[in-house]
Amino acid sequence: MANFIDRRLNPKDKSIGNRQRFLRRAREELKRAVKEQVKSVGIADVGVGQKVSMPTRGVSEPTFQPAADTGDRERVLPGNREFMPGDRLRKPQGGGGGGKAGAGTGEDEDDFQFVLSRAEVLDLFFEDLELPDMVKLSLKETMTFKPRRAGFAITGSPTNINIGRTMRNSQGRRIALRRPKQSEIDALLEELAELEKKPGRQASERIAMLKAELDRLERRRRRVPFIDTVDIRFNRFEQQPLPNASAVMFCLMDVSASMGEREKDLAKRFFVLLHLFLKRRYERIEIVFIRHTDEAREVDEETFFYSTQSGGTMVSTALAEMLQVIEERYPPSDWNIYAAQASDGDNISGDSERCVRLLSRVMQLCQYYAYVEIIDERESEIFARTDNGTSLWRAYRTIDGEWPNFQMTRIAKPADIYPVFRKLFARQSQSRQLRK
Amino acid sequence: MTKGAGQLLFQSSDWNFDTLSRTYDAIEAIALGELKLDVYPNQMEIISSEQMLDAYSSVGMPLMYQHWSFGKRFVFEDHLYRKGRRGLAYELVINSNPCIVYLMEENTMAMQALVTAHAAFGHNHFFKNNYLFRQWTDASAILSYMEFAKKYIAKCEERHGTAAVEAILDSAHAIMDQGVFRYRRPPRLSSERERERARERLEYEEQTFNDLWRTLPRTTAHHNRAEAERDARERKKALNLPEENLLYFLEKTSLILEPWQRELLRIVRVIAQYFYPQRQTKVMNEGCATFVHYTIMNRLFDKDRISEGAMLEILQSHSNVVFQPGFDDPRYSGMNPYALGFAMMQDIQRICTEPTAEDRDWFPEIAGNGDWRSTLLDAWANHRDESFILQYLSPTLIRKFRLFLLTDSAGDNYLEVASIHNERGYQAVRAALARSYDVGANQQDIQVIDVDLLGDRQLRLQHNVKNGVMLEEASRDATLRHIRHLWGYDVSLIGLDAETGEELYECSTDEDM
Repeated sequence: MANFIDRRLNPKDKSIGNRQRFLRRAREELKRAVKEQVKSVGIADVGVGQKVSMPTRGVSEPTFQPAADTGDRERVLPGNREFMPGDRLRKPQGGGGGGKAGAGTGEDEDDFQFVLSRAEVLDLFFEDLELPDMVKLSLKETMTFKPRRAGFAITGSPTNINIGRTMRNSQGRRIALRRPKQSEIDALLEELAELEKKPGRQASERIAMLKAELDRLERRRRRVPFIDTVDIRFNRFEQQPLPNASAVMFCLMDVSASMGEREKDLAKRFFVLLHLFLKRRYERIEIVFIRHTDEAREVDEETFFYSTQSGGTMVSTALAEMLQVIEERYPPSDWNIYAAQASDGDNISGDSERCVRLLSRVMQLCQYYAYVEIIDERESEIFARTDNGTSLWRAYRTIDGEWPNFQMTRIAKPADIYPVFRKLFARQSQSRQLRK
Repeated sequence: MTKGAGQLLFQSSDWNFDTLSRTYDAIEAIALGELKLDVYPNQMEIISSEQMLDAYSSVGMPLMYQHWSFGKRFVFEDHLYRKGRRGLAYELVINSNPCIVYLMEENTMAMQALVTAHAAFGHNHFFKNNYLFRQWTDASAILSYMEFAKKYIAKCEERHGTAAVEAILDSAHAIMDQGVFRYRRPPRLSSERERERARERLEYEEQTFNDLWRTLPRTTAHHNRAEAERDARERKKALNLPEENLLYFLEKTSLILEPWQRELLRIVRVIAQYFYPQRQTKVMNEGCATFVHYTIMNRLFDKDRISEGAMLEILQSHSNVVFQPGFDDPRYSGMNPYALGFAMMQDIQRICTEPTAEDRDWFPEIAGNGDWRSTLLDAWANHRDESFILQYLSPTLIRKFRLFLLTDSAGDNYLEVASIHNERGYQAVRAALARSYDVGANQQDIQVIDVDLLGDRQLRLQHNVKNGVMLEEASRDATLRHIRHLWGYDVSLIGLDAETGEELYECSTDEDM
């Protein structure tokens, strides 16, 4: 007699621990892969579950393996049709020879692809940016929920009992089932008391009747309780996502020749981070890309990052373009406007003052404006603690003092990006705490 | 049984525990009563596809310690499965006592019947009776040992950190293939406690000796030649060299490992040893299981216990399993062990009952003896793939499969057809096919030959190069580094031609440090 056991209800994620170990092992390779992905996909697509091609070299398991192209071997193969002993065949290209028989017992796994979850991708992305844990957590969370009243339920915890509802149900049931009222009983008791004062045969008969009646009513009251479990109603709460408004994110970038591959890569990470932040807070986000040389134009993402344009540098044109786009399409009453500007700090002389004037107007419309100046890693030492710098930098310093929601910094490597947003995230975690 | 005959075991394709156990009983009656199989008690477990994937990645063991390489395998299998590039097995069977058989919940009732006959009786009988399994593995102890291993490794991770444990396991996995006793029988797992005590005593002795060695002057004086050779002989004798089981040697002799690290090596070694017989009996094991399910299913059908529809489904699945594409077919990926094993066992049945004149020449001892059952039982019990093929592959089958032998020399840019399925070729083809299933001969023969504990402590390994097949250099060097990690001092590998003794190459971890 066999012993049958149903294991289907056993936990099935026995391999999860192993998968995590594997990811940790492959971390460096994966980080590189994610970095490549960030470069090649659109800003809005960062952090959607990604397919990552995993090169095996980082996680190879070496063993002693025979080298394919040495020595004498024999193979027995099925399916001979026309061969006779002594026939010679050309060796197939690529060594293998006669199917995979010779290719060895090593598992046949070239680069294989697998999908990382959103959390896994973001983990790897954030590691480079050195985000504080608190921020990482709040970025990964996609939605916030708030309990809302949603009618009544027949089950729930005692704290949620809705007394009004419960009593209403109880009353209805008592009426329908004719539960004797307290007043009826009181009346009977009163009559009984009076009768007991004046003895007599008639009275005693009446007393017996009243007592029987009283007994009947008491029994009925016991059978139809004042509050039955069927009466009880609980307040029901539903987790509802917080209403999110729309946001628009402006990406402004200088694309003159001085912005090279490295600068653009840094700028892109900067934009991605802002986008992730916005995605977490708003349901609908639009991104507007404005690039400029000595004239500014709204372009698509592809052009923004990958095509080059020659010309001088006039930053104010970009701000003017942004103001115009806001006026045309994004009325500040309906849209939360965020802007991020990346530049190497070059500007044509005399234009910086104009920038300040335009920026003051922009700041009135914006929720937040972040400016990063991408500098050489060698320069980062020199500029570390000074207010000196390019004309644009000096001009923006004045704005920085005036508007609390303006942020500016110089960045030379990915880890410098986060401080720009620090205030943004700090404010956000504060408001989170308030909400709780 | 007679009362139930002629009555269908199941009607619909859905299964339930009722039909499962009714079918199991009917199958058991035939397996034990007619085929005279001898099996461990069965424990049938129904699992889902996710659980099957989990089982895959932990090399089919119900309990396994955690390691990233299993995660890698899981991710890989999971990917293939989701892409639809590879289906999952219908069953998985574990060589343990009681024998654990996993059945997939997706299987239809007909498939469950097939799989029950295949795994719970075919494989199970083979595990219990084949001499390799009987001698080399301990079915009743493996599950409790794996439980111990899993707990022990988890405890080590807690105490010493995951990274430290992983580093040792990585290195141990690298030489898992060199971690089995090929020629002498490994000691049983059951006398666990005694061995534990012996091991601890050995460690203690070793540690005391280490202290003495440390006080010796570092440089060793030059001996004269004869003296040096005598010393070498003596220390080889003391360490029981040469030793083919690298894991065993490192576990016992390594100078730097802590007791818990030695225990990890031991765990890896025990697992390697447990799977060694399986690798040597793929054809027989699958052949036996396939033959058993085919025979039992046909008997059930003859007795009208299963419907024609179910039988068709079973036959379709059966013929998929035993399909052998030709070498030039895009689907070809080596000899199909199911096809070869099943065909050979059917052929033995035929030789026993209806031999031809040729069969009488080739197999005088069994041809026409009429008793195919005991002939097969005997073959299953006393052979491994290599000897089984050498003994029983008949010319009829060589013709049926149209086998031919190719020789391939690295120096030539052509392959030569050495033999085909004709009178002159049968012996050569059969011998070559048998050789290709000799795991011991096909694996790289690498042994510890010397270690000078008083000198530079370099571990000397020797690779006996057969037929000029060298080692792939990148993975060889990486593996040597793993051995160095376990040994603690430099490791060198010398390649000698197995025939001539000529030195082909020498490498060491010294150079690439």
